[in-house]
Amino acid sequence: MQATPTPIFKRGPSLHARLAFFALLSLILLVSDARFRYLESIRSTFSVVLYPLQRLAGLPGALLGRAGDFFVTQSSLYRENESLRHEALQNAGRSLRLEALEAENGQLRRMIDSRLAPDRTPQLSTILYESRDAFTRKVIIDRGGAHDLRPGLAVIDHLGVLGQVTRVFPFVSEVSLVTDKSQSVPVQDVRSGLRAVTFGLGHDGGLELRFIPVNADIQNGDVLVSSGIDGTFPPGLPVAVVSNIERNAAFPFARITCKPIAGVSSFTQVSVLSAAPDLPDNPLKKDAPPTKARKPMDREQ
Amino acid sequence: MTRNSIGDNIHGSEILLPVASRYILLTVFAAVLLQLVPMPRFVAWVWPDFVALLLVYWGVFQPRRLGLVSAWLLGLVMDVADASLFGQHALAYSVLMFGAIFLHRRIRMFALPYQIAHVAVMLIAQQLLQLLVRLVAGAEFPGMVWFAASLTGAALWPVLVAVLKIPLQQRSNPDDV
Repeated sequence: MQATPTPIFKRGPSLHARLAFFALLSLILLVSDARFRYLESIRSTFSVVLYPLQRLAGLPGALLGRAGDFFVTQSSLYRENESLRHEALQNAGRSLRLEALEAENGQLRRMIDSRLAPDRTPQLSTILYESRDAFTRKVIIDRGGAHDLRPGLAVIDHLGVLGQVTRVFPFVSEVSLVTDKSQSVPVQDVRSGLRAVTFGLGHDGGLELRFIPVNADIQNGDVLVSSGIDGTFPPGLPVAVVSNIERNAAFPFARITCKPIAGVSSFTQVSVLSAAPDLPDNPLKKDAPPTKARKPMDREQ
Repeated sequence: MTRNSIGDNIHGSEILLPVASRYILLTVFAAVLLQLVPMPRFVAWVWPDFVALLLVYWGVFQPRRLGLVSAWLLGLVMDVADASLFGQHALAYSVLMFGAIFLHRRIRMFALPYQIAHVAVMLIAQQLLQLLVRLVAGAEFPGMVWFAASLTGAALWPVLVAVLKIPLQQRSNPDDV
């Protein structure tokens, strides 16, 4: 190793000039990302470079988990087996009835000539890590553009709606959880049929219903399921349980907070539902320029 | 080839070996890896920003080796890894690196407790900058716990200084001759 002497005279721009340059560059990046989202390709390039590092960083945890699996006791396995068998028996009857109902439903739908709600094939995926960004509630999953994911797909776990794919990289994707501040899900109260939209509160245990009148029929403990009118989340999936209602006559709307049903901060296995079929055109937007969704209908005419 | 000014190798009473570029690269790699470890959120709150801490370290002790360019690029990498706004970490790290390089002679002269105080202030300043950017972009203030990572980071400074110089210590004692 040979050390060359430091040049006597300082060369290149001064430290202050360099700081000004990079600060300006960062500000340009910030504005173009926050306002216009121009930089997704650069982001995805960085993400490809980071991917092996992410897998490497997750390795010790994964190995520890596997070692833990190895040391599971026989009695706990036996207990789990027993409860699973019990559950399977209970579900068997239901699933048989479901098949019959599905067939009947399909027949009825054909009779009234409506579009069949096709099966939305789930794609199993693993949560790599929670985004450390303190301002959002996002998780990174190990499926990306290479596995046919695209932004907007619904993500669920075995309990209910977890969130929505918001950004897709080649090998990983970002999922905004239902508790994220920018995430909203159209829901329906199971008990009263009231339609509403949940908004994330931005911290872990919280969603809220906005713009619900003070006298609306909603109670603590009501289960909210996705209503499906957005075409993104299939109808009937549990989203949240109403946990607190503040009715103050001074305000036109009630303050309703809910707890998410899905394990927004606990599970590692999730499933990504494939895209919903194209919705028929909005009749109120006849003058709008033709969209992709319109094409199949044109052919039918 | 290494670029060292003589002063950069003097730590207190010790004279260290010149720093190889691959050693710096290795430490940066390790810091990024530590930032990518999956962890539950309550751990993430106090998990120090190792990349920022390392940037301060090299900025203070080897200000000619890692500059604003590397700080800015590492910021972009962390922006992608954290799924934050593009440029948020880049801006904060550039300012942090500027602070470290600007103050490096002063910080090196101080005893460890004063060094920790300097590092804490610099780390909090860069977090404040990130917070400001996000608040302008429309996010909500996550609470004072946001700054916890800076305090744990500053508390780790003595450990970092002690560990990172181990491979740079002279094998034989020059006073033995």
